[in-house]
Amino acid sequence: MTSADWPLWEVFVRSRRGLSHTHAGSLHAPDAAMALRNARDLYTRRSEGVSIWVVPSAEITASSPDEKDPFFAPAADKPYRHPTFYDIPEGVRHL
Amino acid sequence: MTTTAPDTRGCEAVFDAALAADERIEPRDWMPDAYRATLVRQMAQHAHSEIIGMQPEANWITRAPSLRRKAILMAKVQDEAGHGLYLYSAAETLGTGRDELLDKLHSGRQKYSSIFNYPTLTWADVGAIGWLVDGAAITNQVPLCRCSYGPYARAMVRICKEESFHQRQGYELLLTLSRGTEAQHAMAQDAVNRWWWPSLMMFGPPDDESAHSAQSMAWKIKRHSNDELRRRFVDICVPQAESLGLTLPDPDLRWNEESGHHDFGPIDWDEFHEVLRGNGPCNDQRIGQRRRAHEEGAWVREAAAAHARKHGGTAREAQV
Amino acid sequence: MTTTPQGAPSASAPEATAPQSGSAVPVGAALALGDDALVLSHRLGEWAGHAPVLEEEVALANIALDLLGQARVLLSLVGDEDELAYLREERAFRNVQLVEQPNGDFAHTIARQLYFSTYQELLYGRLAAGDGPFAPLARKAVKEVAYHRDHAEQWTLRLGDGTEESHRRMQTALTALWRCTGELFEPVDGLGLDTAALHEGWLALVSRTVEQAGLTLPTGPRSDGWSAGAGRQGIHTEPFGRMLAEMQHLHRSHPGASW
Repeated sequence: MTSADWPLWEVFVRSRRGLSHTHAGSLHAPDAAMALRNARDLYTRRSEGVSIWVVPSAEITASSPDEKDPFFAPAADKPYRHPTFYDIPEGVRHL
Repeated sequence: MTTTAPDTRGCEAVFDAALAADERIEPRDWMPDAYRATLVRQMAQHAHSEIIGMQPEANWITRAPSLRRKAILMAKVQDEAGHGLYLYSAAETLGTGRDELLDKLHSGRQKYSSIFNYPTLTWADVGAIGWLVDGAAITNQVPLCRCSYGPYARAMVRICKEESFHQRQGYELLLTLSRGTEAQHAMAQDAVNRWWWPSLMMFGPPDDESAHSAQSMAWKIKRHSNDELRRRFVDICVPQAESLGLTLPDPDLRWNEESGHHDFGPIDWDEFHEVLRGNGPCNDQRIGQRRRAHEEGAWVREAAAAHARKHGGTAREAQV
Repeated sequence: MTTTPQGAPSASAPEATAPQSGSAVPVGAALALGDDALVLSHRLGEWAGHAPVLEEEVALANIALDLLGQARVLLSLVGDEDELAYLREERAFRNVQLVEQPNGDFAHTIARQLYFSTYQELLYGRLAAGDGPFAPLARKAVKEVAYHRDHAEQWTLRLGDGTEESHRRMQTALTALWRCTGELFEPVDGLGLDTAALHEGWLALVSRTVEQAGLTLPTGPRSDGWSAGAGRQGIHTEPFGRMLAEMQHLHRSHPGASW
């Protein structure tokens, strides 16, 4: 609309060490440095995080919902990737 | 943003099936245009309410009568700005930028909750807003955590979690006043008298007059009817008022053994519609301040965008 | 935490609220630091609902809340926080005049933040390193204040090197508030700080940011006479009286009440 519009950033927060960054939401900022600070102020007001990523929303490439089937369906028929696929005799431990 | 699918009917079936299975709809899923429009309208109105809702309470930050109360109030008003941001962020997932939404708010094309067009005349109003207005808002919002649109539901989960302190601080504030000096007690009662009826109006018009209700319920954007939520709210408030030592300004309010709910007097819907039309005590003032803040901040936003462009930052022209 | 001050508002001088016996806290210093934080927090609180962008509503409120938290700890070291905040007269406040300056436009607020938070970070850093009565607070607060300074620097850079208008506004603000900065480096009894070194460190940090932003460090007088250099002695500006009137009126209207 005008030159004053700030781009949108997606915010990912690591809530504590050992966990991965999780999408928290988005915000507007003129640049990456400010986006980080705004994210700190907005998404960690109650000490919800120990680390933050910000990514310009426009830079995210997403799988399209139309590709849903070819993209994700093949994974659904590979039950052998899941541990519950295998029968283990009772009493066998640490497996 | 919308991916136009070749076969809309097939898409619609997928959408309907997702709703039926109580699954969430996500931003890039196909959705009926009316569903999208309803959501954008509702999320925007919700976000605007948070932002405009800062004003009546911020009105008392500089006069808060103890440092403890001042800290609480500042944190609460700040939360409201934050909640506005979460909701604008949710609305943006449907491809409508915040600037466009703010523009609609500033030009009166989108509404915010009418409750904020009433003035905060005394300190006790801060308590009444916390107890009644936030209480009504929470009654409305908790079911929204299960709203069919994923980003909205997730924003509401976060908001409800953060808001749990808002209502309690209001109640505690009123309780302190009610048990305080005579003047403080009177102040508390006066505030409850003024905020009670507008709070009941927050649930929207009666079910038989509510324009969007039925469709929103079918889409699982809305989970309960206006009257149902209003009744639930009254039932919750009556014993709470008793514990406060304050009365609710309704001579018709009494327990109905048969229905298992409280009966209450008629709501002045004329007043509701007048305020909605822009004729409330503070409509002009609220929008005026919002517009002024936005206009006076334009040079700041421009400066930061200009700086980012000069330094290869990521501020691109209107990339929202 | 909630206070129950007795009787009429009489605590008009800091001396009236004696520190707990045996306490080694220097009253004047606690009031100086506490009042700085209290008053600046109040000014920042005035931005609520008026900030240039929503993200900045949240940022300014964060800073105001940090400062209010500091003020409450500091005032409580030497008396009842509410009695001290609400029942002292203007002349009994010990804050520097810089923090009571009206918000002005966003550039003035940022200039005030830059000058003050840089000073406060250096000050708390020194207090945190010692073992005096302010060390525990300073160790916690220095982290908060470092963030405040970062916020001010980020904005100084963007406004200084943004548009022509923002550059002009930022320069005007730096210049207008410059005269209030000398007072920051007057010795405060009980802190035992090397104010010359404090000043040197401050000047280096502020100059670096100002230059990086393409702005010019003002050169005018910094505490000429009493007008801009006597907040610590209880000499304040006209707007401060009105600020206090607004801040205190409700509390004072109900003597003895709890809130």
